[in-house]
Formats: sequence, structure tokens, C-alpha cells
Amino acid sequence: MTTLPYASSHDDGPYRSGRESNSYRNGAAAGHGSAGPASKRVVVGFGFWIFLLSDIVMFSAFFAAYAVLVGATAGGPAGHDLFDLKNAGLETACLLASSFTCGLASIAADARNKLWFYAAMAATCVLGLVFLGLEATEFAGLVAKGAGPTRSAFLSAFFTLVGCHGLHVSIGILWLLTMMAQVFAKGFRADIKRRFLCFALFWHALDIIWVALFSVVYLMGVAR
Amino acid sequence: MFGKLSWAAIPFDQPIPMITSATVAFAIIGILAWITFKGYLPYLWREWITSVDHKRIGVMYTILAMVMLLRGFTDAIMMRTQQALAFNAPGFLPPEHYDQVFSAHGTIMIFFVAMPFVIGLMNFVVPLQLGVRDVAFPTLNSVGFWLTATGALLVNISLGIGEFARTGWLPYPPLSELTYSPGVGVDYYLWSIQISGIGTLMTGINLVTTILKVRAPGMTYLRMPMFCWTALASNLLIVAAFPILTATLAMLTLDRYLGFHFFTNEAGGNVMMFMNLIWAWGHPEVYILILPAFGIFSEVISTFSGKPLFGYRSMVAATMVICLLSFTVWLHHFFTMGAGADVNAIFGIASMIIAVPTGVKVFNWLFTMYGGRIRFTTPILWSIGFMITFVIGGMTGVLLAVPPADFLLHNSLFLVAHFHNVIIGGVLFGAFAGYTYWFPKAFGFKLDERLGKVAFWCWIIGFYIAFMPLYVLGFLGMTRRMQHYDVPEWHPWTIVAAGGAALILCGIIFQIAQLVYSIKHREELRDVTGDPWDGRSLEWATASPPPVFNFAFLPRVTDTDPYWRMKHGSSGQNQPDEELSYEAIEMPRNSPTGFICAFFATIMGFSLIWHIWWLVIVSAVGAYATFVVFAWRDRDEDLIPAETVAKMDRANRDARGASLHELSLTS
Repeated sequence: MTTLPYASSHDDGPYRSGRESNSYRNGAAAGHGSAGPASKRVVVGFGFWIFLLSDIVMFSAFFAAYAVLVGATAGGPAGHDLFDLKNAGLETACLLASSFTCGLASIAADARNKLWFYAAMAATCVLGLVFLGLEATEFAGLVAKGAGPTRSAFLSAFFTLVGCHGLHVSIGILWLLTMMAQVFAKGFRADIKRRFLCFALFWHALDIIWVALFSVVYLMGVAR
Repeated sequence: MFGKLSWAAIPFDQPIPMITSATVAFAIIGILAWITFKGYLPYLWREWITSVDHKRIGVMYTILAMVMLLRGFTDAIMMRTQQALAFNAPGFLPPEHYDQVFSAHGTIMIFFVAMPFVIGLMNFVVPLQLGVRDVAFPTLNSVGFWLTATGALLVNISLGIGEFARTGWLPYPPLSELTYSPGVGVDYYLWSIQISGIGTLMTGINLVTTILKVRAPGMTYLRMPMFCWTALASNLLIVAAFPILTATLAMLTLDRYLGFHFFTNEAGGNVMMFMNLIWAWGHPEVYILILPAFGIFSEVISTFSGKPLFGYRSMVAATMVICLLSFTVWLHHFFTMGAGADVNAIFGIASMIIAVPTGVKVFNWLFTMYGGRIRFTTPILWSIGFMITFVIGGMTGVLLAVPPADFLLHNSLFLVAHFHNVIIGGVLFGAFAGYTYWFPKAFGFKLDERLGKVAFWCWIIGFYIAFMPLYVLGFLGMTRRMQHYDVPEWHPWTIVAAGGAALILCGIIFQIAQLVYSIKHREELRDVTGDPWDGRSLEWATASPPPVFNFAFLPRVTDTDPYWRMKHGSSGQNQPDEELSYEAIEMPRNSPTGFICAFFATIMGFSLIWHIWWLVIVSAVGAYATFVVFAWRDRDEDLIPAETVAKMDRANRDARGASLHELSLTS
């Protein structure tokens, strides 16, 4: 059995299939199945979308728990006593801006421009870290005020929901750095670009979740 | 240094777990020694442990399920014996041990028998039926399998080190909170289910993507075999439901580890939120298990009746309707919560509505058999046994869906009888039917029919003797999970039920005998054509066992039952050999990533259970490093040269040609 180096020329379908391959090579739109297996890029992107949907389902469980427990303050502070819209607004700005820079990185990857790619990814990373810093400060402040997650069911749900998003951002940053190292070591190879496509989807999905989080937790929290 | 772990964790004073775990440990060491001594280890590592071939992974899932079935059944027979003995007596299991036994029984049977069994069959069969060479993400598939194995391992470690949960198969708070369950039992449950749940989610994503994006040319949605449809529905449910389980167990974990208040009695915690969340996963879960079984029965019944499936489109519709409705009925698991008459009525009606698409399916199977020339092989016996048993179980289910009736029967043995009626009669019979049906495809020889039929009769008669008394006991007011009792009317029925369990044991022994006998006599049972049952779908269009690439040429599908049409000459697939020009095929490279990940996940789970924090960090870093190493690979495919493909494919074509020739002579 000979082995084959990873090569982008074989990237046009998950499996080359002999005699019939021409009829559905580049068969990107294989939705109804007449064209045979979809291209690797479609398969990977689609699979990652399914993962993101499952991740959103997980968040929805945490959202549901928060909605159930939002009034269960056990005599402790409620949202409007604790939340600082200015801080949350800054976090939102950082995250939305990081989505923009992540988009720039996607364009740079398409254009195979390493310099722009690194710059945009670095900016994304810095914005993500600022977001995490703001969130950590907020959490530390709450704990110092005696409003930690063990204070009441409401605060348990709050810390878990927001913390779960923060955990995702942290994992995203770890992935981002790994991604930069991969592009540095391997260049814009087809498989690296597919992986970057997944990363970009992940990062944007975190934004979507944050928008819901900002609205449900912070905006509805400060409104009495 | 070792957290909560000390010598006190090993239950030296309890003979049953000590003897069992010592036996299992010696057996494992013995098997490992034998494998090493015989020099099989490199082969196992190369061909199985690191394999990313969907067929191998499917087989390993099935083996895991069958081994765990033995463990789960041991728990079952201990419980039946205990209840038969414990009339006005302590029996042989002390309460704290008995509670662990029923918790482990449920956990193992659902998560480590039923799940791996159906996932194993889907993994093995779906790409073959779709006419493609592997699943969408082969390495992810391997990771998913090994994480499931990690979960099973952790549950079994709890037998010898520490204890298992005493909270039932779903750890209801506040009992499962730290206040009332201070030991490591619930933690074993949480981390093993969490880790294997991640593996299951990976499989779900993988198979959904495979079915929706990786199919042979011409395999449109409405040409897919029924099993692929049910696999799609089941995996969609995995993707939509398992994250809820992850979130719910994470909340309970936070309560136990960090003093959060999701489900506690104090500080505003909400116990009923746990019931709602866990059953929002738990009810779809039962359909995750039963839908693939429905698919298996559809394939088996159609094949052995020699007819296309009756009402294929209505079957597809029924499957997808069940897939949707399964998310709308979770509250029927706790009508007694007191949600009020209106809410209970809505959920009761929704539960009864599920009987409609299920009824459509049963009638479709009956009409498929009607007028067919039925061959009474073992798989069809399981299918007929299923139809009768499942209809009874379904009717007791409809009865339980009536809220006032549920108030009487809730938490009684009637409920236990009902869900065993549908899970054994549905999922397990389906898994056994699929196991017998696809075994020759996986290994190239059939299972012995005679022993298979004996096993079937032991199982089905044993099932009725074991579980019909539980319906009676439920009506007599016996609640579930009783360690001892003093009601004389119950005693005869528990003795009968224990007798039924003994008969099921005979069934299992015959199944083991069947496997051993068939392996010994494999030359007589050999299937050279790749199509031992006169099958209809594409998995029978390749050799048994299939070559690593499944198909030398991707089949071109023109209608439902594609292989049947090929055999009967309507699609011009049987061209003479000289026209074939073989090309090299790329297949994904084997990778130890899954195994190494699972190694770190096992250590991580174990150290989380025992609060060995430094080891948690070490293993997390190890798992991350494994992923980075995997991501750094420079080639992920092997090229199988055209000559090899040709050699492997020609041999099969010749054998198949001969059998097709025979077929045309006889018909």
C-alpha cells in the first residue's frame, strides 16, 4: 500500500471513485443526492454547522435554567442591583469588533495574504482577551461584593450561563493561536483553510450567543 | 496528592463487588497476556484500535455493547433474585449495595448497551447502504467510540474503587446533591455519562453529515433505505437532545463541586427544573434508541418477505413525525409534579398522538409481510416477536399517558414493566435482529440458525415470564426499587419474575454458544457471494466482509432497493469485466488519536471523581496536545493502488456472478 502526501489536487471530493468521478467532481451542491458525495469543504463546513447547532442547544438549556431561576434570589441581590450596562456594552463592542477582524482574517486567508492574516488574527485575539478581562473583572467584583455563584440560584444560573460563554471564548482563543501557528507552519493548505472556516464559524457563533446573552441577561436584568 | 482517594475506597468488606471485580480484573489481565503472548497486539493496534474504518468501529461498538449487556444483565438477575428472596427477609444484598445495583443496571443498559449497540449497527451499515466509502469524519468516529468506551470503563471501575450512584439511572436531586449523596457514586455517574455523551454527540454530528452530504450518485432522499432514514432521525435527535443532557449534568456537577444552587433545597434551587431538563433529553433518548430498531425491522421484514417495504413514503413520514413529536411529550414522565390539569392534558394527548405514526409503522410491516414469501430465519423471528411485544408495550404506554391513571401507576412496577416491554421488545430485539442479519456482512459467515432460534425462544418466553408479573405487581401497588417488602400477595409474582430472568439467562447462554459454534464452523457457514439473504439494499452489493474501500466503483442508484434492481437486471450494472477500468482509491489513514484521547479522558474523569486536581490539569494538557499533534499531520489518506483494488474486486465479482447465474437459472 503506497502512501500519498497531502495534496490539494485531491481535494475535490472526499473519495475519488474511479470511472464515475467526473460526473460529480466539484459536486458541491449535492443536496438531493443525484450528484454523489459532496466536496470536502462542503462536508466539513456542514458538519461544523451541525456542531454549532448542538452547541446552541446546550446554551438554550442554560438560558432556560437562567429564565427559571432569575427570580430565585434567595433574599440576595437581583440583576438590577448588580449589572453594569457600561461594562457589558464594552464587552459587546469588543466581541463585535473581534468578529469584524475575524472576517478580515477570512478575506486574508482567501487572498493567501499571510501578513494581513496574522494582523487580523492578532487583533481578534487581543479583542477576545480584552473581552475576557472585562468579564473576569465583573465576576471578581461580584464575588467581592458577596454576590458569588453560591449566593443564590439566580447567581448560580448567571455565572454558569455567562461563564459558559466565556469558556467558549477562551477555547476559541486557544484555537485561534493554534490556527495561527498552523498557518505559519503549513501555509494556506486546503485542510488548513477548511479548519479556519470552522474557526471563523465558531467565532461568529459566539457573537450570536452573546447578543442573546446581552439582551436576556443584561438588558432585561437592569430593566425592573 | 491523591485527593479523596485512599485505601478506604476499596470495599474490602463486601464480598460481592470484591470477588466480581477481582474476577473481571484477572480476566482482563489474562486476555491481555494471551494477546501479547500470541503476538496479536501489533495486529490489534494496527487494524482495530487505531482503525478509522466505519466497519471496524461499528464492530467494536457492538462488542462493547454485548460485553456491557453481560454486566447489566448480572445486575438484573441480582435484583430479581433479591426481590424473590426479600419477602420478610433481608435477602442477600444490603440496601446500600442494592441501590447501586439498580442504578448501575439502568445506567449501563441505556448508555453502554442500547446506545453502543444501535450506534454500532448504524456505523457499520449506513455508509454501506448509502453506497459510499466511509462516514464524513472517520477520525472523529474513532474518537467518539473510544470516549464511549471510557465512560463504560469508569462505570465499571466504580465496582472496585469507591462506589456507584445510589440514585437510580437518572440522578434526581436533591438525593443526588452533596448533602444526601456525599460519596463519589454520583460523581462516577456524572463524569462517565458526560464523557460518553460527548462521544455520542460526535457520532450524531458525523452520521447526520454523512447521511445528508455523503451519498452515492443518484441516492436521493427518497431512495435511501429505511434504516438510513431512521438513522438520520435518530442522529438528528442526538444532536438536538444530548447537549441538553450535557448542560443538565454540568449544572448538577457545579452544585456538587462548587456549591452552586441549581437543584438544591436551599437558596432558591429548583428541583423540578432538573426533572424537566433531564427528560427534555430523556424522552428523545428513547426514540434515539427505538428509531434505528424500527429501521432494522423494516430492512429485515422486507428482505425476508421478498417484497419492497410497504408504504415506504408513509414510513419516512412516520419516522420524521416521531422525530418531531418526541420533543413534545417529556412532561409525561412526571405528571405527578402537579403542573395542573391543562398542562397534564396537553402532554397526555401529545403522548398518545405518538401512537399514531407508530401504528402506521406496524401496519406497514404487516402489509409488507402480507402476500410475501416469508423465510422464517432468526432475524425475522426477532421482528415478529418485536411486533407482538412492542404493541403490548405501546398499549401500556398509552395507558400511562392518561394522567389520572398515571397518578396511580407512577413509580410502580407497572411502569418498570412498561419500559422494559418497549426497550427489550423494541430496542434489544431490534439490535439482535440487526446483529444476526448483518453478521455475515461483517465477518463473511452466517451465525448458526438453530442455536439462534433457541436463543430467541428463551428470550421471548423468558421476557414474558419476567415482566408480565411486574404489571400485576404494579396493580397490586408494589413500587419500584424495593430492597425488601412484607406484602404476602407480592411474593409469588416476584418468584415467577425471577424464573423469567433465569430463562433470559438461558437465552444469553445460547447466544454465546451460537457465536462460539458459528466461529468454529465458519467454513460451513461461509458466505462467498456477499449476499447471503437475497438482500435488497447496497450493503449486499459488495463482498462479505467488505473491502476497506467498500465499493470499487460507487454504485449509481436509480430507484429504491437498488441492489435488488441490479440483480434483476434493470439497471445495467452488471457489465462484463473487461469494461471496468480500476482506479486508485484514497482512504483515510488510521490514527491513534481516538485511543490516546480516550486514555487522557479516562485519567481526567477518574481524577475529577477523586478530586486529584493536578492530574486533571496534566490530562487536559495531554488531550489538547493529542489534538494538536493530530492537526499537524501532513497526510491523512492512504492510496490503494488500482491493481490492489482490481484484485480485491474481481474475486468478489466472480463469486457474485456465479450466484447471479444460479439465480437466473432457478427463477
